[in-house]
Amino acid sequence: MTDVPRKPLVEMRNIRVSFGGVHAVDNVSVDLYPGEVVGLVGGNGAGKSTLIRALSGAHPADGGEIYVNGERASITNPRDARTYGIETIYQTLALADNVDAAANMFLGREITTRLGSLNDAAMESATREVIGRLNPNFHNFKVPVKTLSGGQRQSVAIARAVHFNARILIMDEPTAALGPAETAQVRELVSQLKAEGIGIFLISHDIHDVFDLADRISVMLQGELVGTVDKQKVTKDEVLAMIIIGKLPAEVSKSEMAELIT
Amino acid sequence: MPEARPVMQTTRTGAPGKRSLRSVLASFEIDGRLLGMVVALGIVWVVFNVMSHGLFLSSRNLWNLSVQSAAVAIMTTGMVLIIVSRNIDLSIGSILAVTALVMGLLQTEWIPNTLGLGLNQPYTWIVAVVVGIALGALIGGLHGFLIAFFGIPSFIVTLGGLLVWRGAAFALVSGRTLGPLDGTFKLLGGGPQGSLGETLSWLVAALAITGLVYSLLAGRRRRRRYGFPLRAAWADVTLGVIGSLVVAGAVWIANSYPWPKVLAAAYAKEHGITIPPGGLPTGIAIPVLLAIGIGLVMTVLATRRRFGRYVYSIGGNPEAAELAGINTRLTIMKAFILMGVLAAIAAAVTSARLNAATNGLGTGAELQVIAAAVIGGTSFAGGIGTIAGGMLGAVVMQSLSSGMVLVGVPTALQDIVVGVVLVAAVGFDSYLRRRRA
Repeated sequence: MTDVPRKPLVEMRNIRVSFGGVHAVDNVSVDLYPGEVVGLVGGNGAGKSTLIRALSGAHPADGGEIYVNGERASITNPRDARTYGIETIYQTLALADNVDAAANMFLGREITTRLGSLNDAAMESATREVIGRLNPNFHNFKVPVKTLSGGQRQSVAIARAVHFNARILIMDEPTAALGPAETAQVRELVSQLKAEGIGIFLISHDIHDVFDLADRISVMLQGELVGTVDKQKVTKDEVLAMIIIGKLPAEVSKSEMAELIT
Repeated sequence: MPEARPVMQTTRTGAPGKRSLRSVLASFEIDGRLLGMVVALGIVWVVFNVMSHGLFLSSRNLWNLSVQSAAVAIMTTGMVLIIVSRNIDLSIGSILAVTALVMGLLQTEWIPNTLGLGLNQPYTWIVAVVVGIALGALIGGLHGFLIAFFGIPSFIVTLGGLLVWRGAAFALVSGRTLGPLDGTFKLLGGGPQGSLGETLSWLVAALAITGLVYSLLAGRRRRRRYGFPLRAAWADVTLGVIGSLVVAGAVWIANSYPWPKVLAAAYAKEHGITIPPGGLPTGIAIPVLLAIGIGLVMTVLATRRRFGRYVYSIGGNPEAAELAGINTRLTIMKAFILMGVLAAIAAAVTSARLNAATNGLGTGAELQVIAAAVIGGTSFAGGIGTIAGGMLGAVVMQSLSSGMVLVGVPTALQDIVVGVVLVAAVGFDSYLRRRRA
């Protein structure tokens, strides 16, 4: 799809995930290049999150292959994904509500002193810096994240994903809990990360969001991939047609399109 | 709506002046619940003291109270972490019995008779303790393995453990009582011989105060290095002074409890010393020192090490902990190993104190320990609880039961009171938490 042939950062080939006989993801292949945003869209239950959970290690795939930088990757748990430079911002944020922002940001990757004790001051200092850049209005560094607002919690989850030099970033509904100003900040962040050569999978219900941020759009319907299209070459209505009736732009008849638009 | 929490941003110095109690407490950065518990404990003590005409707050009763609380306090430090991780351990009383019996058998039969090495060897006590702790770790590890890797609920695994290990304890000795125990091992149970005496007790106090001052200073230095707001100097000084006074006061009380006259006379004769007019000072009992040491180690483990951070995160959100790449299964298993080790240490203290090991030892200990942890502010919802709170809870429980004995409350009524206090304390706490949230 890209004009210059480059090595893809991630290739997911023929991924299958089933839950007790139900194929949540059936034979789906997607790829992602450095500095690119691939939007992953589809209705509820289309399998977007399940596909991406296979990449993040949260729920390993039952079949298919994942290649990172052209090499076969074995991802069976979140620790594996992190070693490949894959960071994920989950829709649920996946924060431990009872500990503070710094503890969440460094969860599983704590900074320790030479004797192996937690260096809370160093972690708090780094957290203040990263979150301060993302969300200048964030001041509550000493309280459990449970007491924070939705936007502040989202800032913590985003800060955690970007702080550790991710090469591949998965964002599952990253702006769902955010107000307009914070959403704008996330968009700015996405462009900035793109410029740094990070590849981003962006999952969203909001087709406008995806159209603004993504370079390519992969559409899923009922666990299967409808297709992947170049944003420049399609209209929002055509993507909508892919999401709802599962047909590529060339396959959609005039009458179907008319029905969809009205 | 309650007002927003104070955000620590500015450096606070200067005198407290006219400020609300809440903001003064905030300057100290002390857990309000812990302070509330200390106040509640103080009230319990004063009420019992009045009702017992001054017997409760005598140095003798307080010294006994400290020794009686030790075993439960030791186990509570582990139970707090177990409950924080959204688990439970019902088997600790039975683990206590089995490990106490194995330690007892080592001292009374295996080392002296089976191996033919004789009684009261200098190494007997340490061999017994090491083997007991290893056995506790093994049993705890087995429970933890079944819970973490097979996904059997901890309630079920440890309920099974409660039955299995109690039965194993009986089978091990066919119901016999083992004793007397090794002379050195006995010191772990306290008593006048198993106490530090005056000089050593003051030395411990001096070390504790030095450690307290050092940690306050180190905290300030660390915050300054990273440019964080410092706790107000007056608050740090006040904390240091209050802490030092508490330590010194506790040691003074322990030292003002004299040895029983007959024992003291025998000891003085044996060692060729004269008894001072106030009697021979007992000082801090070894099990109490052990419990305090374990409390400190467990606090470090819970708050300053990865393991503790993971236990709390798992309790807060198990899925998030897993997604953050934490090996949650191994962490849970480690927590149960730790619980087994602590039960074995408590077994040493309990059997040493009785100078005997029986298969009935530790019956009902799991309930006392769980109650202590919960009274100490540990939440069954997971993720919330402190070691210090749990240990304080153990002292509260012990104060209630020994206070009621002192005042002469009938046995049946004692259980009713403890049960009501347990439910009321937790109910009051969750009411406060709801209101605050």
